[in-house]
Amino acid sequence: MPVILTTDALIFLLIAVALGYGVYASQHEHLRAPWRSVARSRVGVAALVVIGFYVLIGLLDSMHFHPRIEPVRAGESAVPAQTDALRADAGDAAAAPVEARYSTQVLSVLDVILTGLRERQEKTFSAPFATHLFVKEPIEQPDGTIVRGYPPLEHGGAHLKDPSRRGFDIAVRTVLGAIKGLLVWMALTAGLVWLVAHARSEDFNDGASAIWQRRTDVPWRVMLITLAAMLVLSFVAAELAAGYHILGTDKVGEDVFYQSLKSIRTGLVIGTLTTLVMLPAAVILGIMAGYFRGITDDIIQYLYTTLNSIPGVLLIAAAILMLQVYMTNNADQFASLVERADLRLLFLCIILGVTSWTGLCRLLRGESLKLREQDYVQAASALGVRHATIISRHILPNVLHIVMITVVLDFSGLVLAEAVLSYVNIGVDPTMNSWGNMINSARLELAREPIVWWSLAAAFVFMFTLVLAANLFADVVRDAFDPRLARVK
Amino acid sequence: MSAYIIRRLLYAIPILIGVNLITFVLFFVVNSPDDMARMQLGDKRVTEEAVQAWKADHGYDRPLLFNSQAQGLAALTDTIFFQKSVKLFAFNFGTSDSGRDIGYDIRQRMWPSLAIALPVLLVGLAINISYALMIVFFRATYIDVGSVVLLVAMMSISGLFYIISGQFLIGKLFHLVPISGYDTGLEAAKFLILPVIVGVVGGIGTGTRLYRTFFLEEINRDYVRTARAKGLRERVVLFRHVLKNALIPILTGVVAVLPLLFMGALITESFFGIPGLGSYTIDAINRQDFAIVRAMVFLGSVLYILGLILTDISYTMVDPRVRLA
Repeated sequence: MPVILTTDALIFLLIAVALGYGVYASQHEHLRAPWRSVARSRVGVAALVVIGFYVLIGLLDSMHFHPRIEPVRAGESAVPAQTDALRADAGDAAAAPVEARYSTQVLSVLDVILTGLRERQEKTFSAPFATHLFVKEPIEQPDGTIVRGYPPLEHGGAHLKDPSRRGFDIAVRTVLGAIKGLLVWMALTAGLVWLVAHARSEDFNDGASAIWQRRTDVPWRVMLITLAAMLVLSFVAAELAAGYHILGTDKVGEDVFYQSLKSIRTGLVIGTLTTLVMLPAAVILGIMAGYFRGITDDIIQYLYTTLNSIPGVLLIAAAILMLQVYMTNNADQFASLVERADLRLLFLCIILGVTSWTGLCRLLRGESLKLREQDYVQAASALGVRHATIISRHILPNVLHIVMITVVLDFSGLVLAEAVLSYVNIGVDPTMNSWGNMINSARLELAREPIVWWSLAAAFVFMFTLVLAANLFADVVRDAFDPRLARVK
Repeated sequence: MSAYIIRRLLYAIPILIGVNLITFVLFFVVNSPDDMARMQLGDKRVTEEAVQAWKADHGYDRPLLFNSQAQGLAALTDTIFFQKSVKLFAFNFGTSDSGRDIGYDIRQRMWPSLAIALPVLLVGLAINISYALMIVFFRATYIDVGSVVLLVAMMSISGLFYIISGQFLIGKLFHLVPISGYDTGLEAAKFLILPVIVGVVGGIGTGTRLYRTFFLEEINRDYVRTARAKGLRERVVLFRHVLKNALIPILTGVVAVLPLLFMGALITESFFGIPGLGSYTIDAINRQDFAIVRAMVFLGSVLYILGLILTDISYTMVDPRVRLA
């Protein structure tokens, strides 16, 4: 049974907006041209591939549903231990006439794909690729004595008969994963080459050599190389993750790799929804201030100067504190923890939007001030065209590039902001997977000897990859849309 | 000039009133003091007496905006709005929810904050400007390309990682300086080194990239071409002409953040255990001490507006083309 969380709905709205923009842009040369130059940039294409992988995972993680509980048939008493919590419900279901029953748990499609990772919990910390726990525990020997030692993991490397062959096993799995990745890559490449050759009306071989010798407009070669790297990485990771905890486990024994993947959605939601939430206000108010001037301008300027003068972190802190008070006092309004965490995430997006719309608003005001003096706007207003029409037909299309640049530029900053805010406990809900929460909990473990470094490293790598790709992509987009602004900023 | 400054200061008043109203709405209207009391007392089933006692203790037992029971002017002054919000204008911050004098705490904690923020700003400025100049000097070479890639990569690293890795590498691995803590007087220096290094390194990515664009902006100007045409060496052109002119946006940008230095660096201070205003704020947020958060919001806004005014004034001083209107 599907569940649509508020942020899910907004993500789908965002996709709809993006598609709408894509269609609109493809019909207008002044928007199509810069995008074409983005597509021709090697850095831009490579960054886009990486971002694409993240977005794909984020989308898979945004389709939520209540899993169906299979009725337990008599004689089938060995229900997997993980569904323990659900067994009580399931038992009822078996007694009742056959009727679809759904768990109260909320899962996403990604959870289903990663079922293995999600359910292979250990007791506590274990290092990447470890076969034994990271901390000593009393182990009962066959003869009844108790020895303090490192107990073997329940799942990590449990398939190994001889732990000393771990290195060999890892190598085999790596090679196997790489081969699988390359096979998928080759299939995709063949499809792409065929398409390119078809578009250039050449045969397959000519198309392939055109791509390889970089004679195509779009740098397909760079794209394919990035794609190969990403595919091989994903498949190797998947292959290894089936047998090991490739990034270790955290304090409660949860797989860190799983956490990192789940955190992607949080990062993406903060980076994109914040902008989506603030766009209407920033665009409408900014254009109104610049277009109407006078008292409207004064009021809007006052509004954003006031908001801007409150230090952002403090405004967020104040708002989140208030939300916490509200949530503690109205705890019964939320059906589940997931819903509560989701609402908090949305609220964080909104409040981040409140603190960040002023910059865009100011830019749009300045641009509209200039645009309203243009001859075509003067002509339109002399002909008696209504204000609303002038704004939507003449002003808005001419400021779209500024909106575009801001959206892309803000993204990476917002992803980074999430980590800092979660550290101060004014970020996303502590129960939610996010890189900020990973860093926050890992920080306390740095004092251990030897140190627990993997959570931190995992959060760092995942975050760094996304932010770097976003930064590089933002630069390309900015240069394409506004060469003048690119130099100033 | 003085007329301009006075007018700007007067403009600041409605903005501060707005800030005050926003915080008032956020803290007292969205959630009533009763909610806050329950939150502070920690339990959902707190008795009504306990809530009332907490409110009386902390001065939240007044009406929000208008006290119909009081006489004359007191009807307006004996309210939460006047006692808790209007008094901020006189920099009377009142007492925190744990009973300490906020004004005193702020005056005490201002200095450690400044002791970190000022060196970070100055050292960072020096490093960023020289690095950006170097990149521009070697523009369109591998040094330029490599540096830009490095800067973007540095920008993409979360500030938290700079702090954590700095603390780990320098403090724990090499045992060069204490990991955290603070002392008074000259002893403080050894506690300050690490946060300052971390602050400077963390700012290199964004800062140098920005300054590089400032320099590149200037280097395409006509006067630079003239200077080169005169036969000046590239070094002279860069230092005497480009640097001087690019310093205008750099310095005015610095002036804007000068007052905010007092507010301290939130994360750095709490990581390194520096008793400054940044860690003060973080602690208040974690303890959910609303009085302190409110005071810091107001203080931050005042300093921000002060920074704006200083920026405009400094523009006219360094760039005579800009006239105050």
